Amino acid sequence: MTTRHDTAAPPAKGGAAPGRGPGGAASPGEARKRARLSRRWQRDLRWSPYAFVSPFFLLFAAFGLFPLLYTGWASLHTVELTAPTEMEWAGLDNFTRIFDDDFFWNAAQNTLTIGIISTVPQLLMAMGLAHILNYKLRGSTFYRVVMLAPYATSIAAASLVFVLLFGRDYGMINWALDLVGLDKVDWQSDKWPSQIAVSSIVIWRWTGYNALIYLAAMQAIPQDLYESAALDGASRWRQFIHVTLPQLRPTILFTVVVSTIGASQLFGEPLLFDANKGASGGSQHQFQTLGLYLYEQGWINQHLGRASAIAWTMFLILIVIGLVNYVISRRLRASS
Amino acid sequence: MRAARRGSARKAVVVAAIASLGAGLLAGCADDGKDEDGSSSGDSSGKTTITLGLFGTMGFKEAGLYEEYEKLNPDINIEETVTERNENYYPALVNHLTTESGLQDVQAIEVGNIAEVVETQADKFVDMAKVEGVQPSSWLDWKWKQGVTKDGQAVGLGTDIGPMAICYRKDLFEKAGLPTDRDEVSALWAGDWNKFIEAGEKYKEGAGEDTYFMDSPGGLINAILSSEEEKFYDASGKVIYKTNPAVKKAFDLTAEAAEKDLVQAQTQFQPAWEQTISNNLFATVACPPWMLGTIKAKSQPEAAGQWDVAAAPKSGNWGGSFLGVPKSGKNVEEAQKFVAWLTAPEQQAKLFAVQGSFPSAPAAYKLPQVTDAKNEMTGDSPIGEIFAKAAESIPAQVIGPKDQIIQQGLTDNGVILVTQGKSPEEAWENATKTIDNNLEK
Repeated sequence: MTTRHDTAAPPAKGGAAPGRGPGGAASPGEARKRARLSRRWQRDLRWSPYAFVSPFFLLFAAFGLFPLLYTGWASLHTVELTAPTEMEWAGLDNFTRIFDDDFFWNAAQNTLTIGIISTVPQLLMAMGLAHILNYKLRGSTFYRVVMLAPYATSIAAASLVFVLLFGRDYGMINWALDLVGLDKVDWQSDKWPSQIAVSSIVIWRWTGYNALIYLAAMQAIPQDLYESAALDGASRWRQFIHVTLPQLRPTILFTVVVSTIGASQLFGEPLLFDANKGASGGSQHQFQTLGLYLYEQGWINQHLGRASAIAWTMFLILIVIGLVNYVISRRLRASS
Repeated sequence: MRAARRGSARKAVVVAAIASLGAGLLAGCADDGKDEDGSSSGDSSGKTTITLGLFGTMGFKEAGLYEEYEKLNPDINIEETVTERNENYYPALVNHLTTESGLQDVQAIEVGNIAEVVETQADKFVDMAKVEGVQPSSWLDWKWKQGVTKDGQAVGLGTDIGPMAICYRKDLFEKAGLPTDRDEVSALWAGDWNKFIEAGEKYKEGAGEDTYFMDSPGGLINAILSSEEEKFYDASGKVIYKTNPAVKKAFDLTAEAAEKDLVQAQTQFQPAWEQTISNNLFATVACPPWMLGTIKAKSQPEAAGQWDVAAAPKSGNWGGSFLGVPKSGKNVEEAQKFVAWLTAPEQQAKLFAVQGSFPSAPAAYKLPQVTDAKNEMTGDSPIGEIFAKAAESIPAQVIGPKDQIIQQGLTDNGVILVTQGKSPEEAWENATKTIDNNLEK
């Protein structure tokens, strides 16, 4: 591609036009015209980039910043969804009561445990799958597409199928357990079974996605590293441990951070898994996540002030998680 | 260099072509939309489109009422948008009302929400009492009053009600050694829900382990509560659910039934519960007329005629809706006329004949569609008569703005736990704690 310098903007240093042509043949009118053009160039040069990036910032202001600030403002008030304009000042009341709110801490704990039992197996399985796919395989594109299929499925559709699979009386999983002589499990109403069931939806949906990320990173690892390892007599497994894993470290960190954020915002799966189709996350709130609790307070119970305070608390918790991740990743980088 | 440049220029042309094609497609869609929209303001085809926002299966369309109205008014076109569950429909409705945007010309309101809408959103609706031909006396008195503010503004007009009876399986009753004649069955538990539980125990003795006496704890507690005059709020609007002995009694009675294994551990209207209908796993269900439709939809063909309808121990109301016209709708006047027509006794009777939604206008009870009503599931039973009788003895119940939240807590976070092995005390504690947290502003 060529760039025509003659039509591009002149160097940004001021007063280009009068400075040009000390030969002085230009008439005063032409000089003025040039000066005007030059000023326009400069204005263009200075402000156009802002115009080009402005759509993002306008959208962000409308759909990111404003809701954030409004939520913060609402969290300091008692305000109901039925009359969002009638706000009554409540100070930090909505925040302080979170400390005594058993439901909030229950939800926080559930979010943590579901997050762990979904993220850890998910990333391990993704790593294994990526490793297998990294070998020369016939029809590898097919497998890659297949792996991405769950990610492309809507949560709603997937969760509904899982609800049927995990049904207590007519579910396929209990039927299979029965076949091998095990007792039925009440996947909806007991704490751990329900959390495992919710996690399984998350795992099913995101494993392929993470595997593709790992696969992409694996393919960027130079082949000669493997060749020299093979020359040294390293087995496939040793190659994986000593070549692949260290090379993947930044990618692994990335997926951990993204999965953590995803897990802390878990919402659709537990919402749809609830047999009562409410937002209480089971009859004893056994799989109510923070996202679900926020939704229940705001949209079912219509307490916008309380919901806003929960949203902000979640936001702060996320920042803390982000900082922890940052510190750990720095430590890891320093140690390598 | 030139070639590269031309290549990129060609690429740009292609991109532009695709973009304009896409834009054209989008514009095409928008055009289509405009056609429909445009007709709503009555220009292109000269027709006015009235839109309805409904939930569940209200059945106006299925009963052919839209078609009939369109035939009577050739310049009217009717369209409905249906959300399956009111739990999803109602928050969206509130959201649209408070922002006064995105509303349809007609919005349905469930009886569980009507008190809150009347109390907090009345100024967003037109006064239906002022529409020509609307007579408060056409409706059952308590039904009319539920949709009216203190100043007398009718926020919505009543559609159906749900006079509750008990549907029972004759074959299962016979096997368990209970009477099968509808009057004898009614006499078995007349006047007292305790007697209903006693009948359940007798059933269990006779029928053994295979089937349950009743479908679900939620259905039972709802039936008992529906027959009380006061449940969660007192007449002055105070929340009394925790101290009202009627509520505790309903809870304890349901918990007792659950402990004795008389109700199966199901949540109504969930797939697993629906499967128990098709597998004939329970003998009774609290049964407003519309429930017969659910039973029919989920049953195997050979179950036809096996059911019958007996009176409930005490009459109650379960379900029913209102139709309101938001002020910010596009066709307020046409919508008002349409709603008045749709809720008139004749139309309510037609709706009952097809859909089983029981009329809230007593004049309809004398119409042949109601008096001659038969139902495939219940054989020759005169269901119109049975339900009309129940409708006349329904108590005027005090309903409050948060009835739905309280009831849901009692059911989904309360009695359901007893079927899962928790003690009634634990279940009550779990339910009240949840409800209190949900009510706290």
